[in-house]
Amino acid sequence: MVSARATAAAVRDPELPVVTIEELGILRDVTERDGRVTVTITPTYSGCPAMDVIRADITAALHADGYRDVEVATSLAEPWTTDWITPAGQAKLQRAGIAPPAKKTVLTLTVRCPRCGSPDTQELSRFGATACKALWRCRACREPFERVKAI
Amino acid sequence: MSDTAALALQLGDDALIAAQRLAEWCSRAPEMEEDIALANIALDQLGAARLFLTYAGEAANRTEDDLAYLRDDREFRNALLVELDNGDFAVTIGKLLFLAVFQRLRYESLAKGPDRRLAEIAAKARTESAYHAEHAALWTVRLGDGTDESHRRMQAAVDALWPYTHELFEGDAADLRRPWLAEIERTLGEATLTRPADGWAPSGGRVGVHTEELSKLLAEMQVLHRAHPGATW
Repeated sequence: MVSARATAAAVRDPELPVVTIEELGILRDVTERDGRVTVTITPTYSGCPAMDVIRADITAALHADGYRDVEVATSLAEPWTTDWITPAGQAKLQRAGIAPPAKKTVLTLTVRCPRCGSPDTQELSRFGATACKALWRCRACREPFERVKAI
Repeated sequence: MSDTAALALQLGDDALIAAQRLAEWCSRAPEMEEDIALANIALDQLGAARLFLTYAGEAANRTEDDLAYLRDDREFRNALLVELDNGDFAVTIGKLLFLAVFQRLRYESLAKGPDRRLAEIAAKARTESAYHAEHAALWTVRLGDGTDESHRRMQAAVDALWPYTHELFEGDAADLRRPWLAEIERTLGEATLTRPADGWAPSGGRVGVHTEELSKLLAEMQVLHRAHPGATW
């Protein structure tokens, strides 16, 4: 039997399906007690509409692996930041054409185009198709791309 | 109702009514990117509102939906600023600037406060408010320091909204006006706008005395839930 932790960790984010909820840093904890699995997750943004889908996906994945009694809890503390995206998650976002967020530093770092690697990029909009992304374009290869907002 | 529940209700109502007003721009904003931006900010506000209202209703066994959809205008505790009509784009940006800077300061203070649940919600929402405030400040400068027409409209918006900002600092939020003013004056200065004089200070939102604009907003926001009580999808 696959461990409950491994099953929950493999659930993909519905809006960034190239990464799992573990790689995105929103899986907080998985515990098993008296046959009940409790999975704790945290939202990226307060109003993230994907949370209900993520809850349902976790429950369905655990049921499919034989865990009958599943509870998904939400925790806000500590608040999620983009620094919680794992290095593997960052690399997968990059390969999917989504620029990963910079680590939070006092310096604003150049955003490199995830397609051609050029640093000659421009922010088109501070907001994108989902709460966690902004819209950018590359001046070198002319391609638009999304970037995970750094918070 | 406990003091903590009353505070959660006030914070939740500010965020909920702001979310509803911002959502009115969806499909109508001046450009596509701004349409997406205002809808995203509305979503953040709605997320914070859900967390605050869930907490506010727990002791009385009322859900977030009960509080959002089944209260009348006199039971809402939001500040008048957030219920005012959107007006033109400059008025919307002015309202957002004044609100978001206030919310960020309020959440920063609550994140260090004694109530653990309020502190957790505030700690989550403050980074979002900071992003909203930055966005509103960028537009304030772009419009204020823009063409003659955009300058005129942004100044008119700031002048019309200024009286309503005083209410935000009623009660235990009084200490926040000084840092709020410092930041707002800096942005207005950069935008070549004049900071209005303090004068008339309309009030009443925190005790349920609202403008008729709230009643119309609630009619639209609540009609579906009231027509089909308990409906889910």
